[in-house]
Amino acid sequence: MSAAKKTPAAAVVSAALFVTTLFTGTFATRAAADDAPVKIGFVTTLTTPAGVIGADMKNAVELALEHLGGKMAGREVRVFFEDDAFKPEIGRQKTGKLIKRERVDFVAGYIWSHVLLASAKTVFDADKFLISANAGPSQLAGKGCHQNFFSTSWQNDQTPMALGEVLNRRGVKSLYVMLPNYAAGKNMLAGVERTFRGRVVGRDMTKWGRDRQLDFSAELAKAAASGADGLFIFYPGSAGGAFLKQYQQAGLKDRLPLYSVFTVDSLSLPRLQAAGIEGVLGSNSTMFWAPDLDNAANKKFVADFKARHGNYPSFYAAQSYDSVMLIDSALRATGGDLRDRDAVRAALRRADFASVRGDFRFGNNHFPVQNFYLREVVEDADGNWTTRITDLVYRGHQDPYAADCAR
Amino acid sequence: MNGALRAFFKLRPKLPAKMFGRRAVLPAAALLLLAPPLLFFTGQDFYLDLLTRALILAIAALSLNLLVGCGGMVSLGHAAYIGIGAYSVGIPAHYGVHDGALHLALAVSLSAAFAFLTGAVCLRTRGLYFILITLAFSQMLYFTLVSIDAYGADDGLVITRRSSFPGLQLEHALVLYYCVFAALALFLFGMRRLMHARFGRVLLGCRHNRARMRALGFDAYRHQLACYVLSGAVCGVAGFFLGNFTDFVSPAMLDWTRSAELLFMVIIGGAGALFGPLVGAAVFLVLAELLSGITLHWHLLFGALLIALVLRGQLFTRG
Amino acid sequence: MDWHLLFAQLLNGLQLGLLLFLLAAGLSLIFGIMDFINLSHGSFYMLGAFVCATVAAVSGSFFLAVLAAAAATFAAGALVERCIARKLYARGHLEQVLVTYGLILIFDELAHLVWGPAGAAIALPAALEGRVDIGGVGVPRYRLLIIMCGLLVAAGMYFLVTRSRLGMLIRAGASNRAMAAALGVNIDRLYLLVFAIGAALAGLAGALIAPLTEASIGMGGEIIIIAFVVVIVGGIGSVKGAFCAALLIGFIDTLGRAYLDDLLKLFLPGAAAETAAPALSAMSVYVLMACVLALKPRGLFAPAGAGVKT
Repeated sequence: MSAAKKTPAAAVVSAALFVTTLFTGTFATRAAADDAPVKIGFVTTLTTPAGVIGADMKNAVELALEHLGGKMAGREVRVFFEDDAFKPEIGRQKTGKLIKRERVDFVAGYIWSHVLLASAKTVFDADKFLISANAGPSQLAGKGCHQNFFSTSWQNDQTPMALGEVLNRRGVKSLYVMLPNYAAGKNMLAGVERTFRGRVVGRDMTKWGRDRQLDFSAELAKAAASGADGLFIFYPGSAGGAFLKQYQQAGLKDRLPLYSVFTVDSLSLPRLQAAGIEGVLGSNSTMFWAPDLDNAANKKFVADFKARHGNYPSFYAAQSYDSVMLIDSALRATGGDLRDRDAVRAALRRADFASVRGDFRFGNNHFPVQNFYLREVVEDADGNWTTRITDLVYRGHQDPYAADCAR
Repeated sequence: MNGALRAFFKLRPKLPAKMFGRRAVLPAAALLLLAPPLLFFTGQDFYLDLLTRALILAIAALSLNLLVGCGGMVSLGHAAYIGIGAYSVGIPAHYGVHDGALHLALAVSLSAAFAFLTGAVCLRTRGLYFILITLAFSQMLYFTLVSIDAYGADDGLVITRRSSFPGLQLEHALVLYYCVFAALALFLFGMRRLMHARFGRVLLGCRHNRARMRALGFDAYRHQLACYVLSGAVCGVAGFFLGNFTDFVSPAMLDWTRSAELLFMVIIGGAGALFGPLVGAAVFLVLAELLSGITLHWHLLFGALLIALVLRGQLFTRG
Repeated sequence: MDWHLLFAQLLNGLQLGLLLFLLAAGLSLIFGIMDFINLSHGSFYMLGAFVCATVAAVSGSFFLAVLAAAAATFAAGALVERCIARKLYARGHLEQVLVTYGLILIFDELAHLVWGPAGAAIALPAALEGRVDIGGVGVPRYRLLIIMCGLLVAAGMYFLVTRSRLGMLIRAGASNRAMAAALGVNIDRLYLLVFAIGAALAGLAGALIAPLTEASIGMGGEIIIIAFVVVIVGGIGSVKGAFCAALLIGFIDTLGRAYLDDLLKLFLPGAAAETAAPALSAMSVYVLMACVLALKPRGLFAPAGAGVKT
């Protein structure tokens, strides 16, 4: 900062910083008043290829606000969207900005476990509420659970556990596994192994991160040679599309049936369809929700989302929609008063709103206790590819870490 | 020998330390000393955070400046030391050891050791090869950390309690700030002494003409290796502070883009200029903060501005 | 040992190596002749992939799309050389690193603006779908096409560099730039051509890989580091070196991913081997690079007398 005094460009920059400081300083002191808007921060990934997920979540949040008429318990709502750029450190910075500068009452969003874990302390230290609309790391479900943390998605282990159960029911005896080599990938494997009673005959952990591996030829060749009954994968985001194409090109559809979690969704399917990757049709995955889930809230959500954006909402969108509705339910219960934190917390815990997933309740660790379904990729009446529920796998399933959560 | 050295520097480029006006130092130091409590007690924690981050990155940039500015060694792997320093806090804290002295000792010694081992290989190469082999070593460390499940792998580790020294808790934002400030002041002072000392002059000499320095009887390799190790150790301290400041560590801290950002800070402030890294870090962070508030596509502006800053040459020093 | 599997993996390694060669050949020449370090070389790879996806979707012809991608990246390369790179030849490597890093930010953001964050997929023509049986191993046809293209370009580069007049100039430039200029070579035009050809090769690589991995923002930044490793291991400025190093790294990477865990299980308990294998295979290419540089600080095939600026 010192030499900044010496040159015009730097002086302008530092001056700008301090003017902004003063400006927001006067701004912030007014914020506590009761008729002021409810402020919600939403942290997601809006840049990088994962930005397509963030855009879907943002669309869902905006739809939820529209359904609420822009108000919660009569108070105006302001949502601040922040981009974490897929990096935990940036996510934490943006969370700090939301808490310390915008002075939001709730922080929601978070696609990635590592971003959520890095950011959580900032929110808890300020005694604000953190609502995860996707990431569900075990650290926040078990011993590290927190009274101000709520999830409108799932705990990482649950979805693959449901998939393991499906494999048992289908009589799959041997399984080949391909996962990205990072924490969530390992959680998915651990989840399947919790319930799957057959044998994992081979597994490959592929490089992930900045120069992640997108050519799976070596692994697919191994999988084909392994003679397994099924192939289990987890490739979120654009890696999923790359994998599925190569799976099709390797001609494995009939030899090695595909079972996936968080890979085939409404974001990847339109692109796979455009590229003619028929191999994905008929593949199975498990999920707590699907666009065709039969309840009033979901029908309205899916229909309005499709009308506005032309495509089906993804599960990320469904969770984000629910996160806004959850906040609304708390404000309704407290009459729009956020000063009594215990009352707000108790209201959140009741989850008294019409979720797009149908009925659910929060467990002791504030993760949903909810149903899990088997979904199949099909072509809908308009010729678009989507997922359809074919079976109920779990009714009212709670994650295995909840028992460790003692508050 | 010293006579010969002096004769060599008859042709020397101006010593960078001299290029900086002394008059700006005192007011700037006063500002950095007095502003934080003001920010803290008026509820502007966000700006205190920004300032703390700027000073921490300034320490890292200063260590890189020692390498680039004085030694002429362009490293694209300096983020590795930030990672080592941060993990020196994260891993002991994971086992419930919060002793700051231990964390700091680990940060410095492990960084120095890594710098010594890799530097011994890197310094056999020059130019482009040097840039890319430093990058390769930091990538190796990155992939190592990504694959260690016990320390959170890709998710990293959350630091629930910051390092504690007897009578000093980094938990408090102001305490952490002043510790960083003190460390930076110390390193600036050390850097100034070093640039004027024989060691610094030999380094400059090696940078401009290795063969000549060798002819004068100096062992260029050993001087440069010493500089490389010193730089790594100082950057380890920056990592120690960054780990404490962000309350978590993850392999993403070692991403090669971080190394490139540090280089930007050095060159924006003026390579070799004593206070350059401080200016560079501040300008870099403030620009990023302001631009990212304007548009989602701020990288477009940011990239263009960075290019302009680099092409215009070292903005903040005249020489 | 399953020999069929080994054969399939060797083909996979060859394919990866040839793709890396396409990227590294241009990079290495630009390094060697202009002494210019171009971090944004990967952006041409990304641009090639996106242009290929767009043209394939509009025209329906994959062949045309690949040609368009190469042409577009040739033009983009020429533009970047004229407007930016040219100003940097006389500057230090540090400035080159920083400016081209800034270019990555700009190119990625432009791709985001033009094509959106989702990236673009490419439908392959039916003739390229499916597999060919080679010695009892089903090899996807498209992968064979990549291998053939790669070999063809490698052969073309070989003739270009060793037999043509341009190649003579390139070799002259790589081994002694100042002398070549003094002998009346039109250095400006040579630089422009080399830069644009390098960009076009990267664009071709992007176009070829896009049907497998899709075009996505940041794909250039992901692969560029490995391409650098290839250039360094092969020796800056050497096309032959880039070719050998690219194949070496392609094989090491692929075989490491395929066999390292089994190999480690011979020495380590199963769980430890499964943890260590992915880390080691991700690191293997960097370890190779460090070993090569420790033994031969100028790479395996550095052209004799190549000027290295410090």
